[in-house]
Amino acid sequence: MNNILEIKGLKKSFYQLEAVGGVDFEVKEGEILGLIGPNGSGKTTLFDCVTGIQRPSGGDVFFMGKRITRMKPHNIYRLGVGRTFQLVQLFPGMTVLDNMVMAIQESEGTILSRLFQIDESKDVRRAIELLEFLNIIHLKNEVAKNLSYGQQKLLDLGMVLMSDPKLIMLDEPMAGVNATLGREICERLVELNDRGCSFLVIEHNMRMVMGLCHRIVVLDYGKKIAEGSPDEIQKNEQVMAAYFGG
Amino acid sequence: MANRSNNKPIVWRLLHWGIFLGVIGLIPIIFGGNSYYMYVATLIGVYIITIMGLNLTIGYTGQISLGHAAFMGLGAYTVALMTLNGYSFWLALPLGASIAFVAGLILGLPALRVKHHYLALVTLGFGTVIYLFLSNEHEITGGFSGLPGIPRPSFFGINLSSNIAFYFLVAGFLVVLTIMMLWILNSRWGRAFKAIRENDMRAEMVGVSLLAYKLLAFAIGAAYAGVAGGLLAPLMKFIDPTAFPVHESFWFLIMLIIGGSGRFEGAFIGAIVVMLLPQFLRGAQQLYFVVFSAITLVILIFWPTGLAGLSDVFFRRVLKRNPPQLTK
Amino acid sequence: MFIQLVVSGISIGAIYALVAIGFTLLWQASRTVNFAQGDFLTVSAVLMFILVCLGVPFILALLVTVGISAVLLGYVVKRGIIQPLIDRSHTTIIVATIALSFLASNSISTFWSAQCKPFPQIFGMTPYRFGSIILSRQHVWTIVIAIALILAINLFIQRTKPGKAMQAVAQNREAAKILGINISSVTTMVFVMNAVIVVFAAMLIAPVYMVRFDMGAQLGLKAFYSATIGGFNQIRGALLGGFLVGVIETFTSAYISTEYRELVVLVVLIAVILIRKEGLLGTEER
Repeated sequence: MNNILEIKGLKKSFYQLEAVGGVDFEVKEGEILGLIGPNGSGKTTLFDCVTGIQRPSGGDVFFMGKRITRMKPHNIYRLGVGRTFQLVQLFPGMTVLDNMVMAIQESEGTILSRLFQIDESKDVRRAIELLEFLNIIHLKNEVAKNLSYGQQKLLDLGMVLMSDPKLIMLDEPMAGVNATLGREICERLVELNDRGCSFLVIEHNMRMVMGLCHRIVVLDYGKKIAEGSPDEIQKNEQVMAAYFGG
Repeated sequence: MANRSNNKPIVWRLLHWGIFLGVIGLIPIIFGGNSYYMYVATLIGVYIITIMGLNLTIGYTGQISLGHAAFMGLGAYTVALMTLNGYSFWLALPLGASIAFVAGLILGLPALRVKHHYLALVTLGFGTVIYLFLSNEHEITGGFSGLPGIPRPSFFGINLSSNIAFYFLVAGFLVVLTIMMLWILNSRWGRAFKAIRENDMRAEMVGVSLLAYKLLAFAIGAAYAGVAGGLLAPLMKFIDPTAFPVHESFWFLIMLIIGGSGRFEGAFIGAIVVMLLPQFLRGAQQLYFVVFSAITLVILIFWPTGLAGLSDVFFRRVLKRNPPQLTK
Repeated sequence: MFIQLVVSGISIGAIYALVAIGFTLLWQASRTVNFAQGDFLTVSAVLMFILVCLGVPFILALLVTVGISAVLLGYVVKRGIIQPLIDRSHTTIIVATIALSFLASNSISTFWSAQCKPFPQIFGMTPYRFGSIILSRQHVWTIVIAIALILAINLFIQRTKPGKAMQAVAQNREAAKILGINISSVTTMVFVMNAVIVVFAAMLIAPVYMVRFDMGAQLGLKAFYSATIGGFNQIRGALLGGFLVGVIETFTSAYISTEYRELVVLVVLIAVILIRKEGLLGTEER
């Protein structure tokens, strides 16, 4: 199996503070990899570095064999890396449908072609399909900021799916989501995974992580302290110590 | 456009176009005999073009610009200097717009690095530099004595020197530029501009090149001001630096806020209201500044959608439905 | 000549620094960029001038102006205008302060006077002589008073409880909230403080500039430049920026050209923004 994402010695420090201190791991094609660790262990910073929002201080990131370290976020996105956010990030003043179409309109063609692209029926159709899949189709003309938190979370996920990314990075998809909705999201993720999409998931909900992920990487204080199958991780003493006070 | 995500009643659009073209057509019929009124109407048209550009930069893309008077000055001085030296207006105007466009591109560059107050400061600094240049480089710009005797152009042999003829020229530009702006805002560019305003980090994360779009927002806004300036010069027949000080940019901002920032009608309503009222209440000009700045504060605090938001209230309260908008 | 220029540069720079400190305090407490800062200064100068003209002794006039300014330019502006807008975009607050600036300066020129009025020379006219060096009383006293004020502000922020609350709010609003600090009232306090600082700056500049409805416009802008050059989130940044702008300006007008003295400052400003946008002494904000 090929690696879809490779992270090699990734470092990020703010002033003297090291948020990520030389982390190595990879996501294999078709895999759901869980990324766990106590609060402040550098998980979100790592996501930011991979997606280009923050500049890593050292190390390298490869996506499908291509070096994406220090590339601009929009170019990384166009390569096929989609991402959701811990605190939902939408375009609050735009309609749900516009949010969805926005997520794909920049993926193809030149900037000039976008000025003259009149026919958007293909994108709109896809958006409607996905909104149906996520059960929020009835809200398609609603302004995003009027949605409930759970609905916003689904929209965030929907936007990521619009461009058919090869790798989806989810930052706490279960946080603030009720159990029923959580189960639904999980089902959707598995379904997508069956279609060949790879995942890198940050999550605190252990039951979900253990049930869903093929492998798990554990971070603590910006360093990788363990890596392995859910069973191995559950038996790892270092991990337990990091989580339950050691 | 086909398959628009949220279909707006076509009637609503036709109504707006009807009012727009109707007003343009009625003004010369009603006021055609009065050369001064035609002059004022033309002046308002020129300012609508400027504010429309500003609305793209600030209202739709969320990038503050305090240098708009300077862009207008660049267009005005280009047209004035070229036509005074015998070049055709029809060559000078596109050049003036292009110079403003390029200046907008250059000024847009800091917008990539800095936000908010820094951006306000950089654009303000640019406005100051242009103003200083216009006032002090006597050999080129005539300094404070200005440039008198700017000729009015002709259009395929039709002389446009009368106020009423020049009115039609400006009205023509206004209609064309309105269509272009509507096109831009309803295209994918418009959606990307709004996305940057709404959440620029997420916009970048869905593939929006902030570089390209922010520069475009600045440059197109500037080009509109450049065209407006290029029309202002032959309209007034005389220009001096005092028409383009930094305070003028603040004034544009006030027009936009009163009209409705981020609303297409905003530029039109703002320019008309702010420029027309003083004509009715002639005398103490300072008093308008007091009144309008006070109104701006009230609108900012209580009514962020400006006067253009009035129709929303009507739709929500009276018709109990979501108000349609001219742009997506 | 050289020393006189330095002193004159430092003296105007001290006023810039003072106004810039008020500016940065507002920024730190509420993320407000006050485009009306210069007009606050004008309002204060006009008030003081009117009182002095009515025959009120100068010290009393100063105190009364401090009181009025604290209420009007501090409390009322914060509660009436900034508070309702504080959760909206930065751009909204910028536009609001621009409108406020218009409102203040045009109200003065409409309802009071559009003319220049000479402010009394409160420090006296006879210059000080130190050997061959002749220094203007105005300059010397400006520097002394401004520095005393800046030290006092610094002491207040470093040593007192409300000052420490201000620092906490500036550094981390969330943490400050958890610590039980009432952010809104701290912000209001900072607005009042700024209003008081501005009155003293007005007192120092009025004898030089004369009282006029637009006397503050340039000054407010210079303070803004100073704060940006020095660093928006640091008092010492505003201080350095103020002196730098004052000295650069004085020397440019003496040796290069009066018309373009603003240009040189602007070039420095834009260079600083592009190379080190947090300012010479500022720290990066997230």
